[in-house]
Amino acid sequence: MEINNKGYLAGADVVAGFPSPADDFKDIPLDLNKKYVHNPSSTFFVRVKGDSMHGAGIDEGDLLIVDKSLTAMDGDIAICFLNGEFTVKKLQIKRDRIVLVPANDKYRPIEVPPDSDFLVWGVVRHIIKTIR
Amino acid sequence: MYGLCDCNNFFASCERIFRPDLEGRPVVVLSNNDGCVVARSNEAKKAGVPMGIPAFQIKDLVRKAGITMFSANYALYGDISDRVMTILREFVPNIEIYSIDEAFFDLTGIADPEKLCRTIRETIRKNVGVPVSIGISPTKTLAKIASKLAKSYPKLNGCCYMYRPQDISKVLSTFPLNDVWGIGRRYGKRFTAMGITTAQQFVDIPREEIQAGMGITGLKTWQELRGIPCIPYEANPEAKQQIRFTRSFPKEIYKLETLEDIVSEFTSRAAEKLRGQNSMCREIGVFIYTNIHHENDAQHCESTMATLPDYTNSTIDLVRQARTLLRRIYRKQYGYKRAGIWLSHFIQEKEYHNNLFDSLETDDRDKKLMSILDDVNKTFGRSTLKLGSEGLTPFKMNREHLSPRYTTDWDELLTVK
Repeated sequence: MEINNKGYLAGADVVAGFPSPADDFKDIPLDLNKKYVHNPSSTFFVRVKGDSMHGAGIDEGDLLIVDKSLTAMDGDIAICFLNGEFTVKKLQIKRDRIVLVPANDKYRPIEVPPDSDFLVWGVVRHIIKTIR
Repeated sequence: MYGLCDCNNFFASCERIFRPDLEGRPVVVLSNNDGCVVARSNEAKKAGVPMGIPAFQIKDLVRKAGITMFSANYALYGDISDRVMTILREFVPNIEIYSIDEAFFDLTGIADPEKLCRTIRETIRKNVGVPVSIGISPTKTLAKIASKLAKSYPKLNGCCYMYRPQDISKVLSTFPLNDVWGIGRRYGKRFTAMGITTAQQFVDIPREEIQAGMGITGLKTWQELRGIPCIPYEANPEAKQQIRFTRSFPKEIYKLETLEDIVSEFTSRAAEKLRGQNSMCREIGVFIYTNIHHENDAQHCESTMATLPDYTNSTIDLVRQARTLLRRIYRKQYGYKRAGIWLSHFIQEKEYHNNLFDSLETDDRDKKLMSILDDVNKTFGRSTLKLGSEGLTPFKMNREHLSPRYTTDWDELLTVK
């Protein structure tokens, strides 16, 4: 290799000394992705703006782990698209009536008009907060 | 039996995942540098936007028809493509990725291929959010035709299972020969001049004439249209590839300029390997280590990586990126003993260009330059020809209508209220 002519050495790890007694018990380190991203191809991260879900522990700047593969059910917190805007709210589904319920007294529940352009985009599975 | 899964108006559909308000409205995507139209939603096609037209020529139409324009966001399209292919693999293990938005798969031994493909289609639609069309037929060429039917006829609901000989010949009798996979523009023109315009007319030509006029490639297409599989199925290995280039130095290096030269050289060697295997990459990383065996010295070991705006295998692009990354992690007072770079997230050149309409692309010049670079270095020895620093000044792409990199950059995520 010409690169060696220039004086760089090829790197190699040298094995010396005693083998670690822990080697036989080595496990794979914990991986947050594996634990919290259940379905990578349908998982999206979104960022929270505003305080409408404060009571549910969702605050401005939080990161939500959203899974599009889940079918939204009554009581789920979901990312919805209504009137040209994305919103995160608790779903109240009763027969064919859907209400988007905030978790903050400052805001009022929104009943989805039956003929509106409404879409449940994905279901929130986890909330990531940064506290320091 | 083969399946072909084809994403509908892929780039436009990727943009719509995060812009549901654009569902049912005209959308176009422009090439690198906002040059010309490379993707159109159905509504944009209906509004009369031709493929490949320069962006400035449709200014009026854009305003009148209320078309939304996007600059090509390959970071997003690449990620969405990976998601689609991953789901496909969960259903049918051996897929052949043909381009960023198309993949063949083998359905041999599946009792009800149509049912399976409908499930695949619905899963991709729900889990990722892009619509796909699937064609199922005895050969790859016929599966391509079937996927086009699946896309054009809403009644088929996105899936076309075409296997009975009488159905196939009925389809071929109206299917334009020019749209058949493998016919190409040159032969297409020649056949049109001869009055042969449908796939069935082509199939009716005697075998000897096809072979004499078009050779073995033409004969393959002819046989495939007759339901005899001839085009080999090339399953792509799932394993993610990576090229690394790492070395230790005989003496600690303190100067940024020296490290820059070394990292540039590593990168250009890795880029050469990348081109050697006909790949392109979208990720590059750089690391530098101080001498960890000198415990009394101050230590600094850091690595960083970047996702590139587009797939590339150009030494110019990669070296520029590597130097930027190095400058980001380099600290003045440390003596570095080891450095390395890696390239990852590969795509086959063929796959990339299948999608990007070679003639529309502006990077031809770069490609030619790289092939000259490789030829010269192969003939006259490594590093005979290399980049001068003038090639390293940052070059800014014109991307006025770029959407956020929703899935590849923490700072550009979708926000919800």
